[in-house]
Formats: sequence, C-alpha cells, structure tokens
Amino acid sequence: MKLARSSTVVALRKSPSGVLGFDEITGGGLPRGRTTLLAGGPGCGKTIFALQFLVNGARDFAEPGIFVAFEENSRRIAANAESFGWRLNQLRPKKLLFVDAQPNPEQVQSGDFDLCGMLAGLAHQAKQMKARRIVFDALDMVLSLLPDLAARRREVYRLHDWLMSRDLTCIFTLKAGAGEPTFTSPQPYGFMQFMVDCSVILTHSVVLGISQRNLRVQKYRGSSFDENESPFVIGDTGFNVAISRILGQADAKVTRERVSSGVNRLDTMLGGGFYRAAAVLITGVPGTAKTTLSGAFAEAACGRGERTMIVSFDSDGSEVIRNLTSVGIQLERYVKSGLLRLVSARTITGSAEACLVRIKALAKAHKARCLVIDPVSALANSVSEVRAHGVAERLIDWTKSERITLVCTSLLRENEGQAVGDSALHISTLADTWIHLNYLVQAVERNLCMSIIKSRGTAHSNQVRELILSNDGVTLADIFTAGGEVLMGTMRWEKESAERVAKEVAEVAGKLKLVTLDAQQAELQVRMTAVQTELVAKQVEKTLLASTTASRKAVTQRGSERMRELRGGDAPKHE
Amino acid sequence: MSRRPVYKFRLFIAADTLNSVQASSNLNALCKAHLAGRHEIEVIDVFKDPKRALAEGIRMTPTLVKLEPGPVRRIVGSLTDVDRVMQMLGLNADAA
Repeated sequence: MKLARSSTVVALRKSPSGVLGFDEITGGGLPRGRTTLLAGGPGCGKTIFALQFLVNGARDFAEPGIFVAFEENSRRIAANAESFGWRLNQLRPKKLLFVDAQPNPEQVQSGDFDLCGMLAGLAHQAKQMKARRIVFDALDMVLSLLPDLAARRREVYRLHDWLMSRDLTCIFTLKAGAGEPTFTSPQPYGFMQFMVDCSVILTHSVVLGISQRNLRVQKYRGSSFDENESPFVIGDTGFNVAISRILGQADAKVTRERVSSGVNRLDTMLGGGFYRAAAVLITGVPGTAKTTLSGAFAEAACGRGERTMIVSFDSDGSEVIRNLTSVGIQLERYVKSGLLRLVSARTITGSAEACLVRIKALAKAHKARCLVIDPVSALANSVSEVRAHGVAERLIDWTKSERITLVCTSLLRENEGQAVGDSALHISTLADTWIHLNYLVQAVERNLCMSIIKSRGTAHSNQVRELILSNDGVTLADIFTAGGEVLMGTMRWEKESAERVAKEVAEVAGKLKLVTLDAQQAELQVRMTAVQTELVAKQVEKTLLASTTASRKAVTQRGSERMRELRGGDAPKHE
Repeated sequence: MSRRPVYKFRLFIAADTLNSVQASSNLNALCKAHLAGRHEIEVIDVFKDPKRALAEGIRMTPTLVKLEPGPVRRIVGSLTDVDRVMQMLGLNADAA
C-alpha cells in the first residue's frame, strides 16, 4: 500500500507584488510559480501594474524578471516608467529584461503558427538571468493573429505549460471590455480566466465627471482574498490600491499619551487633551471657528516640535496663516522652520481616493506626526456615500497605523446643524473625539459655543462652553444660566460684572464688620482687665480687713485681762 | 538560364511540432515544383539553437526567411496557402 506523503503537497506560496495595498488584499501577493490574468479596458493601468510587479521583484525581492511587450515598444514603456521614478536603468538588463515581441507589420502570414520560437528564446534568457517572474503584456495582440479559437487556446495552454514547468510567476495582461463576461456574451479569451490561478480585473469609469479606478480580484485558487472592488490610484510612484482594514490585521498600538488640543481649558475638559494617534472630529456650521480650533492644535503640535501638516480644502496656505494670525495663532515661523507644511488641497483634483492617496504621500514625505484636514467633508463631495465612508475609514485606519494624531473638521449644512447631524462621511462614528461647535443667537448677538459630544476612553466634561476668539488666542468661558436662560457674550459679561461688583460690596461689608468686632473685642478685654484689678483690690482689702479685726480683737482681749489683773478682783483665767 | 536567381531560405522550426513539420514539407514541395536545382534551405531548430532565434528576432514558429534574391522577406506559418507564398517569393511570373 502506498501512502500519500504529505511532503509532496506544498502549500501555495506567494510572490509579493510590492504594490501598495494589493498584497494586503491577496494576503501576500500573486501565486508563486503560477499564472495570473490581468484584464482591463484601455488605460486601466495593466501595463503599469505588471511592470511594477517586475520592478519590485527585481529590486526588493531578488527575483529578476522578463517583460515581453507585444503591443508597445519596450523603449516607450521604459520611458513611461521613468515618470514613476523606478530607475529601470539600474536594473536593466541583468535583473529586468525587456523583450520586444510586437508582430512585424512587414511579416506575411501563411497558415498556422505557434509561439515556440519565442518560448525557446525566452527559456534561454530566463535561464541566463535566473528569472523568477515574467510578464506577457497585451498577449491578445499575438493571439489575434492565430487563425482560430482552437489555435489560440492551444498556444495559451502551451504558454501555460511552459511557465508551470519553469516555476515562473507570470502575469498575462489582456484587453477586455468594461463588462463582466457572461454566458451569453463570453469574452473572446474567457477560457483564460478558467485556466489561470488568479484573475484580477481592472476597471476605469467616470462617475459624475470624476474618474474612478477599481481593482477586483475575481479568483485566486487556493487562497482567500478580499472579494470587493477596491479603488486604486495611479500616483507619483505607481499603483496604489486603497484598502480597508482587513480582518486579522494587527490593531494599531494604542497609547495613553496625551497631546494638547492647543486650548488649555479644552485639555482640562478632555481630562488632559487628545490621545496620541486619536482621530478628532470638529463639526460645525460655517463660521464656527472650526479652522481656528484646528489651527490651535497645529500650533501646539509645532510648539512641541512635532512635524505637522495642514491640508486645507477651502483656502490657500498663506490665507490660512493670515487668518489664524488674527486670533493669535502664529504659524508662519513653523512654516519657515519647515516643521509645518501647509497644503492647499484645491490643487488636488480627482476622486476622493486620489485625494487620500495624495494626502498620504505628502504626509509620508513630510514625516507628519500631526495632521489637520480642513474640512474632511470636502472629500465626500466627489463620491457616493458608500465610497465616502470607505475613504473616511481608510483615512482613520491609516493615521492610526502610522500613529498620526488627526484633527479633521467637517462642515455641517446650516439647516441640519442644529440636529447635530452627521456629515456624509459618517466619520463621527469612527472618530475618537467629537467636538461640536454651534451658534447661539440671543439678544442681537451670535455667540459660539462648544461641547464635547464624545471622547472615547477618557472622562470628559459635559459642559457647554463659550468659545472666545481674541487677539491673544482661543479660550473657553463658562456659560451662565439664569432664570432658565443661557447667558453668553455680552450678557454673560454683564452677569459676570454684576457678580463681581456684588462680590466686592460683600467683601467690603465683611471687612467693616470685622473691624467693628475687633473694636468691641478690644473694649471688652480692657473692661475685663479693669474688673480683674478691682477684684484683686477687693480681695486685698478683704484680707486687710480680716487681719485688722483679728488684731483689734486680740488687743481688746489683752486689755481687759490686764484691767482685771490690775483690778485683781477676778482670778486669772487659764485658757 | 543565368537570369534565374538562386533562392536562399532559412527556415526556423520548433522541433517536430505539427506546424513546423508542415512548413518543412510545404517548402520542400514548393521548391521541388518551382525552384528545382536553384534553392538552398538552412533549417534551424529554435530549441536547439535559441541564441540564433533570439538574434534573428524569431517569435513565432515556423518562420521562413527568404534571404536571396533580395529584398529579405519573412513568412510566418505552416505555409499552407501556397499562392500567397508564391506571391511573396515573386514566383508567380515564373509559374505562369
């Protein structure tokens, strides 16, 4: 009897792509030694993804690769890649080889043919450079020359077998329509999707005038993967797939460290400030000093020497500085010293994902520890609600994992402001601390009030405070209630001064009373001394009286005895 | 007869795959019929000599390269479409 040896079954291994986000979706990258189909319409980024897979492999994972170009000239592909700063020349040709395989237009075809010639050449080159990865870009170009489907299928399987026998990790890229293949309208190369071990579909669509790119892993044999569409961006450094937190991913390390909000009394209300790496949301209707409050936070962060970045969607950086200077928040010096980076996001265009990617890249370049996004609700303008939520989630996941303290403001529309409504991003559920700002219009005045709606994991004051902006900065004041009415602004000031006067009067009256009492006490003490002296005199007088009485008595007695003796009439008494 | 040129061919094949075997026999038959005594055929197996295939930029097999008389022409495939091949080789006039 022959027993199956467990050692013959090797678990699926993966080749990390090094593409931001993609390895997380697939749990480690593409299947090693297997084929992956990358399908998508024109301009989806197939070539970029495939080339990035090779570049990262050659540079970071010691896996040289071959790029077989069927459509574009390799020189042009390499030139395009330079714009991502991949420096292909450092890798070529020993670690990264381009093979041009565009069909020659002069070439005449007669009858059936196969790809053995190419494979023979590639086998030789792969062996020479010890290639581990290979990309066939736009395979459809050469397949379309084959006379019939049977021949195409035959060549694809030939290619597949060839790859498997050499243990090369391979990507085929293939042009495909935007639609998903169905039974009624199969894709021309639908059979490839069944053949390959992993299939990735890229789409590029325009929603409400804004470009949206999505990546979806359609199948992955022998591995679990994130099945949802993930938005991606082709950024400055290449492909960047946006990912949500994936189950089982290690939680970001939490800390008890506090950072100042930049407003002393607010720190007190929060029991010491925000937590480091917390996500803080400041909501409010327009003009409720959201920017000012976030500016105060930035100033405090810079004051501690922490690198900080402010992303402003509303105004230019210089405007932000000027406006904040008017309330005593001096940021210019930190901009000059390079500690603070101001980014006007009006220059960032594109989808929310593109914005997020750009913000991430800038924050990374600046090594920011504190980040202000003002307002984060601007991200929601360009996307559907579901997407926007994903963006907010990814933003917060990212800042937490990077241990960046995030303060973002969110604009509430005037009509829903009173309801303490939520922004389209649903960020309030994700935020750790939520500060709400509002107006109170009363007695021809509009005053700002601030309250902490929530602050996770920390005791916080339930009090509504008045927010006061002055030349010296931001402070918070207590709000008076009198007769069931809330007093703010000048009414609060009036009440405060009235109380101050009353207090002074009371103080003076108290002092006066004290003086009177002192006088009375002194008088009583004097009187007490006099009486005591008199008492002593009386006692002395009494003693004197007693002693004189006694001596007089004695004298009298001695006198009468002597008289009796002198008279001699009576016998002397013996006492 | 001196104006009739000698044809030099180079045929790249992939071992004994069906297309390559067909191309070989088609070429031989064609030469026998139209170029008797004035042709040279060099056969290169890409699996045995991949460097040569690379140097000549051979991607598909079989590929027939006509070296002489000029200009150099390439024909890919099993050469089943005889008329097309004849046309490409400029043999139509001779055949007529």
